[in-house]
Amino acid sequence: MVSSSAFQSSHNPTSKSAVGSQSAPALKVADSPRELEREPLVLNNRSIGWITNAIAGVCENPMPIWWWPAFILSFGGMMTMFSLIAYLVSTGVGVWGLNQPAAWAWDITNFVFWIGIGHAGTLISAVLFLLRQKWRTSVNRAAEAMTIFAVACAGIFPVVHTGRVWFALLPGFLIPAPNANEIWPQFRSPLLWDVFAVSTYGTVSLLFWYVGLIPDLATLRDRAKGFMRRFFYGLFSLGWTGSNRHWSNYEKAYLLLAGLSTPLVLSVHSIVSFDFAVSVVPGWHTTIFPPYFVAGAIFSGFGMVLTLLIPLRSLFKLHDIITLRHVELMCKVLLATGSIVGYAYGMEFFIAWYGGSPYELYAFKNRAFGPYWWSYWAMISCNVISPHFFWFKKLRVSVVFVWIVSIFVNIGMWFERFVIIVTSLHRDYLPSSWGYFTPTWVDVMTFAGSFGLFMTLFLLFIRFLPVIAISEVKGVTPQADPHHPLGGAKGHH
Amino acid sequence: MSDIFPKWTNKLPAMVGVAGAILVPTILAGITYYFTPKYTRVGYQPKQPVAFSHAIHAGQLGMDCRYCHTDVDKSWFSNIPASETCMRCHSLVAKDSPKLALVRESYSTGKPIPWVQIHKTPDYVYFNHSVHVTRGISCVKCHGEIQKMDEVYHSKPLSMGFCLECHRQPEDHIRPNEFVTQLDWAGEFDGKKAVHDWKVQPGISCSTCHR
Repeated sequence: MVSSSAFQSSHNPTSKSAVGSQSAPALKVADSPRELEREPLVLNNRSIGWITNAIAGVCENPMPIWWWPAFILSFGGMMTMFSLIAYLVSTGVGVWGLNQPAAWAWDITNFVFWIGIGHAGTLISAVLFLLRQKWRTSVNRAAEAMTIFAVACAGIFPVVHTGRVWFALLPGFLIPAPNANEIWPQFRSPLLWDVFAVSTYGTVSLLFWYVGLIPDLATLRDRAKGFMRRFFYGLFSLGWTGSNRHWSNYEKAYLLLAGLSTPLVLSVHSIVSFDFAVSVVPGWHTTIFPPYFVAGAIFSGFGMVLTLLIPLRSLFKLHDIITLRHVELMCKVLLATGSIVGYAYGMEFFIAWYGGSPYELYAFKNRAFGPYWWSYWAMISCNVISPHFFWFKKLRVSVVFVWIVSIFVNIGMWFERFVIIVTSLHRDYLPSSWGYFTPTWVDVMTFAGSFGLFMTLFLLFIRFLPVIAISEVKGVTPQADPHHPLGGAKGHH
Repeated sequence: MSDIFPKWTNKLPAMVGVAGAILVPTILAGITYYFTPKYTRVGYQPKQPVAFSHAIHAGQLGMDCRYCHTDVDKSWFSNIPASETCMRCHSLVAKDSPKLALVRESYSTGKPIPWVQIHKTPDYVYFNHSVHVTRGISCVKCHGEIQKMDEVYHSKPLSMGFCLECHRQPEDHIRPNEFVTQLDWAGEFDGKKAVHDWKVQPGISCSTCHR
């Protein structure tokens, strides 16, 4: 487990006295400055046993009453989406509102929206792990789960928007593999890079999440009462015994996966942005896209993490583990990435003017003042204004306020993708081919249904898996430090 | 902790690995063999309403393909001859043969003979017969040795890969224009030079065929 050196500050007199005894008695050694006291990561000095009980209890006790209506609603949404996909596949993509000139609309908007949400999980799990940000332990499990479910939602849209879905899944179309048509996908197209980027991302995220789950699954297995629970937790904990060798291998694997996922935080959404930036469509053809998309993705991802975790911590009384400090830190991430996104919006306009291309300038004027002006200003008010509330600590720790802002972040980031995709496509070089995209009810319900899929998966996650990484949280408590008065296993009953 | 799983389950990962190593290539090989046009199309030989033998007409008698399929070098479509074409000879040759009853009926009533189509390009593929036939691509390349078939069957896969093989290397398949309908021709020919001189530029982009 990760040692917690930050908590050794209160009792380190031994080294100082040893130095003092060797040097001349006249020489006075200056007191080292007091270390800044940090707010503890687990409040109320909870014991290691309490942490296990609190987290494992969530998925061991019967679900609270609210869980069932939430699950039924989500499940209904999911089934609506799958039925509408069946309708789409059997009838054709014409059931959606998209057509020339806006041949991409809600489908790709939803894809980028969902894939962006996934980024918070990878950032929390990989980047914050490598940077030794210990606060990640309380939120990484749920954020990683959210990542995987968001990638699952994202993957659906580009596949079904191809129309002849069965072809998309055959070798030679999306997957480069030998086939009877003797063709290969276009390796120079970012759409193919996207296939690799998203599938790599999905795979690595899933592996990372699963590897992190193993010690906790073993905990659940050891606590399980019924045969089914014992069997399945036993199966997926892969015979974990908690031996020294297991821990040593586990931590190496975890570190390696963290190293592997770190570049993915940047690469996946960069490549998604290439889908647009590599083309020559005015409004898409900009070099700022990769960093701007990555910042936006992290922004939206943290928005969604807050949307999910704030109710979760209240409903399951996990306030001592997911503390206000966690909420506050995530608000700071929102503030930072939201500012980058706001800067990018401004810079796009500046370059459109400074670049001197009339088409480019028109595309941006049309964004803000054309027929889709409402979507542009919805995006601006949600993404540019809302994060700046978080300059104030009072607002950062007001969970209800944070939750409401996080919803606006989600809405704003969906509109951002809609603005980029639809307003750029609907009016390009030739005025004779201009058009106006309007979604059909199938568009709307499919997107709404994808939230059903997302929430169904998330509710099942709450039902069956530990929502917080038990072993990692224990590792950052003061008790985990063997030098602590309550150290070692003394708090563990 | 009591045991949940018996000891043999330790071997499960290895067993799954071995099973996968056997099953996955088998399934891939099976799909490659049984689910590609080489298997699904080749050999298709429907019963035709009239027992017309290409072996007799094109093989023994040596009739030119274009005697009946008159438009093959002028049109994208290779026409099936009208029964008048048959009757040019069969009003004199074997004119009372019971095998030709349907042809005579069609000739007198004007109702076409319901031939069963064998070679069919999907509607999302644009294929032009004339451009192939007038640039040294023989009938035999796609339809096989028709002059030896009593009843015509699908002899080549006509898959996309099959088309691309020739579009990528036309010099290996091209022949002098005068021998295009001589199906058993096997002479020497400088394909590279012909491709250059005749400006043969078979496209290999998607929109060459999927227009």
